[in-house]
Amino acid sequence: MREEVIIAGYGGQGILFMGSVLANSAMVEGLEVTFFPSYGAEMRGGTANGGVVISNKKIGSPIVTRPSSLIIMNELSMKRFYPMLKKKGTVIVNSSLVKEIPKSKEVKIIKIPATQFAEVLGNEKVANMIALGAYIKETGIFSLDSAIKSLHSLLIADKKVLVDINEKALKLGASDEY
Amino acid sequence: MIRIMHKILIKGNHAVVEGGIQAGCMAYYGYPITPQNEITAYMAKRMGEEGRVFIQSESEIAAINMVFGSSLTGARTMTSSSSPGISLKQEGISYMAGCELPGVIVNVQRGGPGLGNISGAQGDYFQSTRGGGHGDYRTIVLAPYSVQEMFDFTIKAFDLADKYRIPVILHTDGYLGQMYEPVLVKELKSDRKTKKDWILDGCKDRKPRMIRSLLMDEGELEEHNWKLNKLYDKIKMKEASCQTCFTEDAVVAIVSYGTSARICESAVNILRGKGIKACLIRPTTLWPFPEKTISTIAKKVKNFLVVEMSLGQMVEDVKLAVNGMSRVHFYGSPGGGIPETKVVVKKVKEIIK
Repeated sequence: MREEVIIAGYGGQGILFMGSVLANSAMVEGLEVTFFPSYGAEMRGGTANGGVVISNKKIGSPIVTRPSSLIIMNELSMKRFYPMLKKKGTVIVNSSLVKEIPKSKEVKIIKIPATQFAEVLGNEKVANMIALGAYIKETGIFSLDSAIKSLHSLLIADKKVLVDINEKALKLGASDEY
Repeated sequence: MIRIMHKILIKGNHAVVEGGIQAGCMAYYGYPITPQNEITAYMAKRMGEEGRVFIQSESEIAAINMVFGSSLTGARTMTSSSSPGISLKQEGISYMAGCELPGVIVNVQRGGPGLGNISGAQGDYFQSTRGGGHGDYRTIVLAPYSVQEMFDFTIKAFDLADKYRIPVILHTDGYLGQMYEPVLVKELKSDRKTKKDWILDGCKDRKPRMIRSLLMDEGELEEHNWKLNKLYDKIKMKEASCQTCFTEDAVVAIVSYGTSARICESAVNILRGKGIKACLIRPTTLWPFPEKTISTIAKKVKNFLVVEMSLGQMVEDVKLAVNGMSRVHFYGSPGGGIPETKVVVKKVKEIIK
Protein backbone atom coordinates (compact mmCIF):
# COMPACT_ATOMS: atom_id res chain seq x y z
CA MET A 1 0.00 0.00 0.00
CA ARG A 2 1.31 3.42 -0.92
CA GLU A 3 -0.62 6.66 -1.05
CA GLU A 4 0.90 9.96 -2.13
CA VAL A 5 -1.22 13.05 -1.59
CA ILE A 6 -0.64 16.67 -2.50
CA ILE A 7 -2.71 19.20 -0.61
CA ALA A 8 -2.72 22.71 -1.98
CA GLY A 9 -4.41 26.07 -1.65
CA TYR A 10 -3.50 29.57 -0.59
CA GLY A 11 -1.81 30.65 2.62
CA GLY A 12 -4.42 31.03 5.37
CA GLN A 13 -6.60 28.11 4.25
CA GLY A 14 -5.01 25.80 6.79
CA ILE A 15 -3.17 23.69 4.24
CA LEU A 16 -0.35 22.84 6.61
CA PHE A 17 -2.78 22.00 9.39
CA MET A 18 -4.64 19.70 7.01
CA GLY A 19 -1.33 17.99 6.23
CA SER A 20 -0.58 17.57 9.92
CA VAL A 21 -3.97 16.02 10.65
CA LEU A 22 -3.66 13.73 7.62
CA ALA A 23 -0.16 12.58 8.57
CA ASN A 24 -1.00 12.27 12.25
CA SER A 25 -4.01 10.09 11.45
CA ALA A 26 -1.83 7.72 9.46
CA MET A 27 0.55 7.56 12.42
CA VAL A 28 -2.33 6.80 14.78
CA GLU A 29 -3.16 3.79 12.58
CA GLY A 30 0.41 2.55 12.81
CA LEU A 31 1.32 3.34 9.19
CA GLU A 32 4.61 4.81 7.98
CA VAL A 33 4.18 8.45 7.03
CA THR A 34 6.08 11.55 5.97
CA PHE A 35 4.70 15.05 5.52
CA PHE A 36 6.80 17.53 3.61
CA PRO A 37 5.35 21.04 3.54
CA SER A 38 6.58 23.46 0.92
CA TYR A 39 8.67 26.16 2.46
CA GLY A 40 10.16 29.36 1.21
CA ALA A 41 8.76 32.85 0.95
CA GLU A 42 5.29 31.72 2.05
CA MET A 43 2.78 34.25 3.36
CA ARG A 44 -0.95 34.71 3.80
CA GLY A 45 -2.55 34.87 0.37
CA GLY A 46 0.42 33.20 -1.32
CA THR A 47 0.44 29.56 -2.35
CA ALA A 48 0.75 26.82 0.22
CA ASN A 49 1.13 23.13 -0.45
CA GLY A 50 2.58 19.98 0.95
CA GLY A 51 3.06 16.31 0.17
CA VAL A 52 2.06 13.42 2.40
CA VAL A 53 3.32 9.89 1.75
CA ILE A 54 1.57 7.03 3.55
CA SER A 55 2.78 3.46 3.28
CA ASN A 56 2.97 0.16 5.10
CA LYS A 57 6.66 0.04 4.15
CA LYS A 58 9.54 2.36 5.03
CA ILE A 59 9.36 5.61 3.04
CA GLY A 60 12.34 6.84 1.02
CA SER A 61 11.79 10.20 -0.61
CA PRO A 62 9.30 12.50 1.14
CA ILE A 63 8.85 14.46 -2.11
CA VAL A 64 5.66 13.73 -4.05
CA THR A 65 6.07 14.04 -7.81
CA ARG A 66 3.29 11.67 -9.02
CA PRO A 67 0.43 11.99 -6.52
CA SER A 68 -2.25 9.33 -6.27
CA SER A 69 -4.59 11.90 -4.69
CA LEU A 70 -5.01 15.66 -4.64
CA ILE A 71 -6.87 17.88 -2.23
CA ILE A 72 -7.30 21.16 -4.06
CA MET A 73 -8.55 24.21 -2.23
CA ASN A 74 -8.20 26.97 -4.84
CA GLU A 75 -8.13 27.59 -8.60
CA LEU A 76 -4.39 28.17 -8.96
CA SER A 77 -3.54 24.87 -7.28
CA MET A 78 -5.83 22.99 -9.68
CA LYS A 79 -3.87 24.31 -12.66
CA ARG A 80 -0.55 23.52 -11.04
CA PHE A 81 -1.08 20.05 -9.61
CA TYR A 82 -3.81 18.40 -11.73
CA PRO A 83 -1.36 17.54 -14.55
CA MET A 84 0.81 15.62 -12.05
CA LEU A 85 -1.99 13.27 -10.95
CA LYS A 86 -1.62 9.54 -11.59
CA LYS A 87 -4.13 7.70 -13.78
CA LYS A 88 -7.06 6.44 -11.69
CA GLY A 89 -6.17 9.02 -9.07
CA THR A 90 -8.61 10.92 -6.90
CA VAL A 91 -9.13 14.68 -6.69
CA ILE A 92 -11.03 16.31 -3.86
CA VAL A 93 -11.84 19.80 -5.07
CA ASN A 94 -13.21 22.77 -3.19
CA SER A 95 -15.89 23.70 -5.71
CA SER A 96 -16.70 26.91 -3.84
CA LEU A 97 -13.48 28.43 -5.12
CA VAL A 98 -12.47 26.25 -8.06
CA LYS A 99 -14.64 26.98 -11.07
CA GLU A 100 -12.67 25.37 -13.87
CA ILE A 101 -12.90 21.69 -13.09
CA PRO A 102 -11.56 19.36 -15.79
CA LYS A 103 -13.63 16.41 -16.96
CA SER A 104 -11.86 13.10 -17.17
CA LYS A 105 -12.77 9.44 -17.25
CA GLU A 106 -9.33 8.45 -16.02
CA VAL A 107 -9.52 10.13 -12.64
CA LYS A 108 -12.14 10.39 -9.93
CA ILE A 109 -13.19 13.99 -9.27
CA ILE A 110 -15.08 14.71 -6.05
CA LYS A 111 -16.56 18.19 -5.88
CA ILE A 112 -17.42 19.60 -2.50
CA PRO A 113 -18.32 23.25 -1.76
CA ALA A 114 -16.05 23.23 1.27
CA THR A 115 -15.83 26.99 1.82
CA GLN A 116 -19.63 27.41 1.64
CA PHE A 117 -20.18 24.49 4.00
CA ALA A 118 -17.63 25.95 6.39
CA GLU A 119 -19.46 29.29 6.35
CA VAL A 120 -22.64 27.47 7.29
CA LEU A 121 -20.78 25.93 10.23
CA GLY A 122 -19.77 29.43 11.23
CA ASN A 123 -16.05 29.53 10.36
CA GLU A 124 -14.72 29.74 6.84
CA LYS A 125 -11.38 28.40 8.04
CA VAL A 126 -12.66 24.86 8.61
CA ALA A 127 -13.09 24.32 4.86
CA ASN A 128 -9.86 22.36 5.12
CA MET A 129 -11.40 19.79 7.50
CA ILE A 130 -14.48 19.46 5.28
CA ALA A 131 -12.22 18.62 2.34
CA LEU A 132 -10.21 16.22 4.50
CA GLY A 133 -13.43 14.52 5.63
CA ALA A 134 -14.36 14.01 1.99
CA TYR A 135 -10.89 12.61 1.31
CA ILE A 136 -11.20 10.10 4.15
CA LYS A 137 -14.63 9.00 2.92
CA GLU A 138 -13.41 8.57 -0.68
CA THR A 139 -10.13 6.79 -0.03
CA GLY A 140 -10.84 4.99 3.23
CA ILE A 141 -7.12 5.09 3.90
CA PHE A 142 -7.74 5.60 7.59
CA SER A 143 -10.79 5.97 9.80
CA LEU A 144 -12.58 9.18 10.66
CA ASP A 145 -11.98 8.22 14.25
CA SER A 146 -8.19 8.47 13.82
CA ALA A 147 -8.60 11.93 12.30
CA ILE A 148 -10.73 13.05 15.25
CA LYS A 149 -8.12 11.64 17.64
CA SER A 150 -5.50 13.66 15.75
CA LEU A 151 -7.52 16.85 16.17
CA HIS A 152 -7.50 16.28 19.90
CA SER A 153 -3.75 15.78 20.03
CA LEU A 154 -2.90 18.67 17.67
CA LEU A 155 -5.28 21.33 18.95
CA ILE A 156 -4.04 21.87 22.48
CA ALA A 157 -3.69 24.73 24.98
CA ASP A 158 -5.28 27.91 23.60
CA LYS A 159 -6.33 26.06 20.43
CA LYS A 160 -8.39 23.50 22.33
CA VAL A 161 -11.56 25.52 21.82
CA LEU A 162 -11.29 24.84 18.09
CA VAL A 163 -11.57 21.05 18.41
CA ASP A 164 -15.35 21.13 18.33
CA ILE A 165 -15.91 23.01 15.10
CA ASN A 166 -13.08 21.15 13.35
CA GLU A 167 -14.61 17.84 14.38
CA LYS A 168 -18.00 18.93 13.05
CA ALA A 169 -16.36 19.94 9.77
CA LEU A 170 -14.57 16.61 9.41
CA LYS A 171 -17.82 14.72 10.02
CA LEU A 172 -19.73 16.90 7.57
CA GLY A 173 -17.10 16.30 4.87
CA ALA A 174 -17.25 12.57 5.47
CA SER A 175 -21.06 12.42 5.48
CA ASP A 176 -23.42 11.77 2.59
CA GLU A 177 -24.99 15.19 2.82
CA TYR A 178 -23.69 16.51 -0.47
CA MET B 1 17.39 5.48 32.27
CA ILE B 2 14.35 5.96 30.08
CA ARG B 3 11.27 7.14 31.92
CA ILE B 4 8.47 7.76 29.46
CA MET B 5 8.14 7.21 25.75
CA HIS B 6 5.54 8.64 23.45
CA LYS B 7 5.14 8.80 19.70
CA ILE B 8 4.54 12.20 18.16
CA LEU B 9 4.51 13.63 14.66
CA ILE B 10 7.13 16.38 14.47
CA LYS B 11 9.41 18.19 12.08
CA GLY B 12 13.08 17.26 11.92
CA ASN B 13 14.03 20.69 13.21
CA HIS B 14 11.71 20.25 16.19
CA ALA B 15 13.19 16.81 16.84
CA VAL B 16 16.64 18.39 17.15
CA VAL B 17 15.25 20.74 19.81
CA GLU B 18 13.57 17.93 21.75
CA GLY B 19 16.80 15.93 21.54
CA GLY B 20 18.73 18.89 22.93
CA ILE B 21 16.24 19.34 25.75
CA GLN B 22 16.43 15.64 26.67
CA ALA B 23 20.23 15.68 26.48
CA GLY B 24 20.34 18.44 29.07
CA CYS B 25 21.39 21.30 26.80
CA MET B 26 21.49 24.25 29.19
CA ALA B 27 22.21 27.04 26.71
CA TYR B 28 21.25 27.56 23.07
CA TYR B 29 22.39 30.45 20.86
CA GLY B 30 21.22 30.99 17.30
CA TYR B 31 20.58 33.38 14.46
CA PRO B 32 17.79 32.80 11.92
CA ILE B 33 18.34 31.23 8.51
CA THR B 34 16.11 29.01 6.36
CA PRO B 35 15.74 25.97 6.40
CA GLN B 36 16.63 25.69 10.11
CA ASN B 37 14.48 28.52 11.51
CA GLU B 38 12.20 26.16 13.42
CA ILE B 39 15.14 25.16 15.62
CA THR B 40 15.73 28.71 16.82
CA ALA B 41 12.02 29.52 17.09
CA TYR B 42 11.11 26.33 18.96
CA MET B 43 14.20 26.60 21.18
CA ALA B 44 13.00 30.06 22.25
CA LYS B 45 9.80 28.42 23.52
CA ARG B 46 11.22 25.20 24.98
CA MET B 47 14.30 26.63 26.71
CA GLY B 48 12.04 29.22 28.35
CA GLU B 49 9.70 26.50 29.56
CA GLU B 50 12.63 24.57 31.02
CA GLY B 51 14.17 27.65 32.62
CA ARG B 52 17.34 27.35 30.57
CA VAL B 53 19.28 29.89 28.50
CA PHE B 54 18.10 30.97 25.05
CA ILE B 55 19.65 33.88 23.20
CA GLN B 56 18.94 35.01 19.66
CA SER B 57 22.37 36.39 18.97
CA GLU B 58 23.25 39.35 16.76
CA SER B 59 25.08 37.10 14.31
CA GLU B 60 26.23 33.53 13.68
CA ILE B 61 29.73 34.47 14.82
CA ALA B 62 28.36 35.77 18.10
CA ALA B 63 26.35 32.58 18.58
CA ILE B 64 29.33 30.23 18.23
CA ASN B 65 31.40 32.40 20.58
CA MET B 66 28.59 32.26 23.14
CA VAL B 67 28.72 28.47 22.78
CA PHE B 68 32.48 28.72 23.38
CA GLY B 69 31.91 30.71 26.56
CA SER B 70 29.16 28.46 27.93
CA SER B 71 31.20 25.36 27.21
CA LEU B 72 34.07 26.77 29.32
CA THR B 73 31.74 26.75 32.31
CA GLY B 74 30.89 23.09 31.77
CA ALA B 75 27.35 23.60 30.47
CA ARG B 76 25.98 21.46 27.67
CA THR B 77 25.48 23.97 24.87
CA MET B 78 24.58 24.18 21.21
CA THR B 79 24.02 26.38 18.19
CA SER B 80 22.44 25.73 14.82
CA SER B 81 22.43 27.28 11.38
CA SER B 82 22.39 26.41 7.70
CA SER B 83 25.31 26.30 5.27
CA PRO B 84 26.22 30.02 4.83
CA GLY B 85 25.80 30.55 8.57
CA ILE B 86 27.93 27.50 9.36
CA SER B 87 30.72 28.99 7.25
CA LEU B 88 30.63 32.02 9.52
CA LYS B 89 30.98 29.83 12.60
CA GLN B 90 34.16 28.09 11.43
CA GLU B 91 36.56 30.41 13.26
CA GLY B 92 34.78 29.70 16.53
CA ILE B 93 34.72 25.96 15.87
CA SER B 94 38.48 25.99 15.24
CA TYR B 95 39.03 27.83 18.55
CA MET B 96 36.81 25.29 20.33
CA ALA B 97 38.80 22.44 18.79
CA GLY B 98 42.04 24.11 19.88
CA CYS B 99 40.73 24.56 23.43
CA GLU B 100 39.19 21.06 23.46
CA LEU B 101 35.74 22.40 24.20
CA PRO B 102 32.67 20.22 23.77
CA GLY B 103 29.65 21.69 21.99
CA VAL B 104 27.04 20.74 19.42
CA ILE B 105 26.75 22.54 16.08
CA VAL B 106 23.76 21.67 13.91
CA ASN B 107 24.04 22.26 10.16
CA VAL B 108 20.71 21.99 8.33
CA GLN B 109 22.36 22.21 4.94
CA ARG B 110 20.97 24.16 2.01
CA GLY B 111 22.17 24.52 -1.57
CA GLY B 112 25.41 26.38 -2.23
CA PRO B 113 27.96 27.81 -2.89
CA GLY B 114 27.31 31.35 -1.69
CA LEU B 115 23.77 32.03 -0.59
CA GLY B 116 22.67 29.24 -2.93
CA ASN B 117 19.04 28.36 -2.31
CA ILE B 118 16.92 27.18 0.61
CA SER B 119 16.44 23.58 -0.49
CA GLY B 120 18.15 20.63 1.18
CA ALA B 121 21.65 19.68 -0.04
CA GLN B 122 24.80 17.80 0.97
CA GLY B 123 27.41 20.20 -0.33
CA ASP B 124 29.06 20.83 3.05
CA TYR B 125 30.55 17.34 3.47
CA PHE B 126 34.11 18.57 2.97
CA GLN B 127 33.57 21.47 5.36
CA SER B 128 32.17 19.19 8.08
CA THR B 129 34.63 16.32 7.76
CA ARG B 130 37.86 18.19 7.07
CA GLY B 131 37.74 20.43 10.09
CA GLY B 132 36.14 23.34 8.29
CA GLY B 133 38.07 26.13 9.93
CA HIS B 134 41.81 26.76 10.02
CA GLY B 135 44.40 24.55 11.68
CA ASP B 136 45.01 20.88 12.23
CA TYR B 137 41.82 19.56 13.79
CA ARG B 138 38.80 17.30 13.40
CA THR B 139 35.24 17.34 14.65
CA ILE B 140 32.95 14.35 15.08
CA VAL B 141 30.25 14.44 12.36
CA LEU B 142 26.93 12.63 12.74
CA ALA B 143 24.58 12.08 9.78
CA PRO B 144 20.92 11.32 10.61
CA TYR B 145 18.57 10.09 7.87
CA SER B 146 15.15 10.28 9.56
CA VAL B 147 13.34 12.56 11.96
CA GLN B 148 13.79 9.86 14.61
CA GLU B 149 17.54 10.03 14.11
CA MET B 150 17.45 13.83 14.25
CA PHE B 151 16.23 13.31 17.82
CA ASP B 152 18.49 10.37 18.72
CA PHE B 153 21.67 11.73 17.15
CA THR B 154 21.29 15.13 18.84
CA ILE B 155 21.42 13.34 22.18
CA LYS B 156 24.35 11.25 20.96
CA ALA B 157 26.12 14.42 19.80
CA PHE B 158 26.05 15.87 23.31
CA ASP B 159 27.29 12.62 24.85
CA LEU B 160 30.19 12.30 22.38
CA ALA B 161 31.12 15.97 22.72
CA ASP B 162 31.50 15.61 26.49
CA LYS B 163 33.14 12.20 26.32
CA TYR B 164 35.97 13.41 24.07
CA ARG B 165 35.96 17.18 24.74
CA ILE B 166 35.37 17.91 21.08
CA PRO B 167 32.89 19.92 18.98
CA VAL B 168 30.34 17.64 17.30
CA ILE B 169 28.57 18.54 14.05
CA LEU B 170 25.06 17.26 13.39
CA HIS B 171 25.30 17.14 9.60
CA THR B 172 21.75 17.23 8.25
CA ASP B 173 19.82 19.02 5.50
CA GLY B 174 16.74 21.04 4.61
CA TYR B 175 14.69 17.97 3.68
CA LEU B 176 15.22 16.33 7.06
CA GLY B 177 14.76 19.64 8.84
CA GLN B 178 11.45 20.43 7.18
CA MET B 179 9.77 17.02 6.98
CA TYR B 180 7.41 15.61 9.56
CA GLU B 181 7.66 11.98 10.69
CA PRO B 182 6.53 10.03 13.72
CA VAL B 183 9.16 10.11 16.45
CA LEU B 184 9.43 8.04 19.58
CA VAL B 185 10.39 10.65 22.15
CA LYS B 186 12.25 9.17 25.06
CA GLU B 187 12.24 11.29 28.16
CA LEU B 188 15.59 10.82 29.81
CA LYS B 189 16.79 11.71 33.23
CA SER B 190 18.61 15.00 33.04
CA ASP B 191 21.73 13.74 34.87
CA ARG B 192 23.50 12.90 31.64
CA LYS B 193 26.44 15.06 32.65
CA THR B 194 29.98 13.85 32.31
CA LYS B 195 32.23 14.82 35.22
CA LYS B 196 34.35 17.71 34.00
CA ASP B 197 37.59 18.44 35.86
CA TRP B 198 38.74 21.10 33.47
CA ILE B 199 36.01 23.76 33.51
CA LEU B 200 36.36 27.38 34.61
CA ASP B 201 33.94 27.73 37.49
CA GLY B 202 35.86 29.83 40.01
CA CYS B 203 39.08 28.62 41.63
CA LYS B 204 38.23 28.93 45.32
CA ASP B 205 40.08 26.14 47.18
CA ARG B 206 41.82 24.88 44.06
CA LYS B 207 44.58 25.90 41.67
CA PRO B 208 43.55 28.26 38.85
CA ARG B 209 43.02 26.67 35.45
CA MET B 210 43.73 28.15 32.06
CA ILE B 211 42.14 27.25 28.73
CA ARG B 212 43.54 28.80 25.55
CA SER B 213 44.35 28.01 21.96
CA LEU B 214 47.36 30.36 21.72
CA LEU B 215 50.39 28.17 22.49
CA MET B 216 53.50 30.19 21.76
CA ASP B 217 56.22 28.46 23.78
CA GLU B 218 58.89 26.44 22.02
CA GLY B 219 57.33 23.11 20.98
CA GLU B 220 54.17 23.75 22.99
CA LEU B 221 51.78 23.74 20.02
CA GLU B 222 53.43 20.71 18.43
CA GLU B 223 52.95 18.80 21.66
CA HIS B 224 49.31 19.93 21.75
CA ASN B 225 48.79 18.82 18.15
CA TRP B 226 50.17 15.35 18.93
CA LYS B 227 47.91 15.15 21.95
CA LEU B 228 44.91 16.01 19.76
CA ASN B 229 46.06 13.45 17.23
CA LYS B 230 46.00 10.77 19.90
CA LEU B 231 42.44 11.75 20.73
CA TYR B 232 41.46 11.64 17.05
CA ASP B 233 43.01 8.16 16.69
CA LYS B 234 41.02 6.96 19.67
CA ILE B 235 37.78 8.37 18.21
CA LYS B 236 38.54 6.76 14.84
CA MET B 237 38.97 3.39 16.54
CA LYS B 238 35.87 3.58 18.69
CA GLU B 239 33.22 5.73 17.07
CA ALA B 240 33.17 5.06 13.31
CA SER B 241 29.74 3.67 12.53
CA CYS B 242 27.49 2.77 9.65
CA GLN B 243 24.38 0.79 8.90
CA THR B 244 24.49 -1.92 6.26
CA CYS B 245 21.90 -4.16 4.68
CA PHE B 246 22.08 -7.10 2.23
CA THR B 247 25.90 -7.13 2.21
CA GLU B 248 26.28 -10.96 2.46
CA ASP B 249 25.77 -11.79 -1.21
CA ALA B 250 25.98 -8.36 -2.84
CA VAL B 251 27.57 -7.71 -6.23
CA VAL B 252 27.11 -3.95 -6.04
CA ALA B 253 27.26 -1.68 -3.01
CA ILE B 254 25.54 1.69 -2.78
CA VAL B 255 27.12 4.11 -0.32
CA SER B 256 24.98 7.05 0.74
CA TYR B 257 24.13 9.04 3.88
CA GLY B 258 21.34 11.29 5.14
CA THR B 259 18.42 12.13 2.86
CA SER B 260 20.00 10.53 -0.21
CA ALA B 261 20.40 7.26 1.74
CA ARG B 262 16.60 7.12 2.12
CA ILE B 263 16.27 7.12 -1.66
CA CYS B 264 19.05 4.52 -1.99
CA GLU B 265 17.35 2.30 0.58
CA SER B 266 14.19 2.32 -1.58
CA ALA B 267 16.34 1.64 -4.65
CA VAL B 268 18.05 -1.35 -3.00
CA ASN B 269 14.65 -2.84 -2.12
CA ILE B 270 13.44 -2.42 -5.71
CA LEU B 271 16.67 -3.95 -7.06
CA ARG B 272 16.40 -6.91 -4.67
CA GLY B 273 12.81 -7.40 -5.86
CA LYS B 274 14.17 -7.72 -9.41
CA GLY B 275 16.77 -10.25 -8.26
CA ILE B 276 19.68 -7.80 -8.50
CA LYS B 277 22.04 -8.26 -5.58
CA ALA B 278 22.57 -4.73 -4.37
CA CYS B 279 23.43 -3.67 -0.82
CA LEU B 280 23.42 -0.41 1.09
CA ILE B 281 26.18 1.03 3.23
CA ARG B 282 24.96 4.08 5.14
CA PRO B 283 27.61 5.93 7.16
CA THR B 284 26.05 7.39 10.31
CA THR B 285 29.33 9.02 11.31
CA LEU B 286 31.01 10.93 8.47
CA TRP B 287 34.03 11.61 10.63
CA PRO B 288 35.29 9.21 11.73
CA PHE B 289 34.45 7.60 8.38
CA PRO B 290 33.54 3.88 8.54
CA GLU B 291 36.50 3.00 6.31
CA LYS B 292 37.09 -0.44 7.81
CA THR B 293 33.57 -1.65 7.00
CA ILE B 294 33.84 -0.31 3.45
CA SER B 295 37.29 -1.78 3.00
CA THR B 296 36.10 -5.21 4.17
CA ILE B 297 33.12 -5.13 1.81
CA ALA B 298 35.37 -3.98 -1.06
CA LYS B 299 37.28 -7.26 -0.79
CA LYS B 300 34.31 -9.11 -2.27
CA VAL B 301 32.04 -6.49 -3.85
CA LYS B 302 33.64 -5.25 -7.04
CA ASN B 303 31.40 -2.28 -7.84
CA PHE B 304 30.48 0.66 -5.63
CA LEU B 305 28.02 3.44 -6.38
CA VAL B 306 28.21 6.56 -4.22
CA VAL B 307 25.07 8.72 -4.22
CA GLU B 308 25.16 12.23 -2.81
CA MET B 309 23.22 15.47 -3.09
CA SER B 310 26.38 17.22 -4.29
CA LEU B 311 28.91 17.03 -7.11
CA GLY B 312 30.78 14.31 -5.23
CA GLN B 313 32.49 14.73 -1.89
CA MET B 314 32.06 11.59 0.23
CA VAL B 315 33.00 9.65 -2.91
CA GLU B 316 36.62 10.64 -2.18
CA ASP B 317 36.47 8.98 1.26
CA VAL B 318 34.91 5.89 -0.29
CA LYS B 319 37.75 5.75 -2.85
CA LEU B 320 40.31 6.04 -0.04
CA ALA B 321 38.63 3.20 1.86
CA VAL B 322 38.21 1.00 -1.23
CA ASN B 323 41.85 1.72 -2.09
CA GLY B 324 41.71 0.43 -5.63
CA MET B 325 40.19 -2.94 -4.74
CA SER B 326 36.90 -2.17 -6.55
CA ARG B 327 35.49 0.29 -9.04
CA VAL B 328 33.83 3.36 -7.50
CA HIS B 329 31.06 5.07 -9.48
CA PHE B 330 29.25 8.26 -8.60
CA TYR B 331 25.81 9.76 -9.01
CA GLY B 332 25.04 13.21 -7.64
CA SER B 333 22.18 15.68 -7.60
CA PRO B 334 23.55 19.13 -6.66
CA GLY B 335 21.79 22.45 -6.18
CA GLY B 336 19.07 21.33 -3.78
CA GLY B 337 17.67 18.47 -5.86
CA ILE B 338 16.79 15.11 -4.41
CA PRO B 339 17.88 12.01 -6.36
CA GLU B 340 15.07 9.93 -7.87
CA THR B 341 14.77 6.29 -6.86
CA LYS B 342 14.31 5.10 -10.45
CA VAL B 343 17.46 6.92 -11.56
CA VAL B 344 19.51 5.20 -8.84
CA VAL B 345 18.02 1.86 -9.92
CA LYS B 346 18.95 2.59 -13.54
CA LYS B 347 22.49 3.59 -12.54
CA VAL B 348 23.00 0.29 -10.73
CA LYS B 349 21.73 -1.67 -13.73
CA GLU B 350 24.17 0.16 -16.01
CA ILE B 351 27.05 -0.58 -13.67
CA ILE B 352 26.51 -4.33 -13.47
CA LYS B 353 25.68 -4.77 -17.17
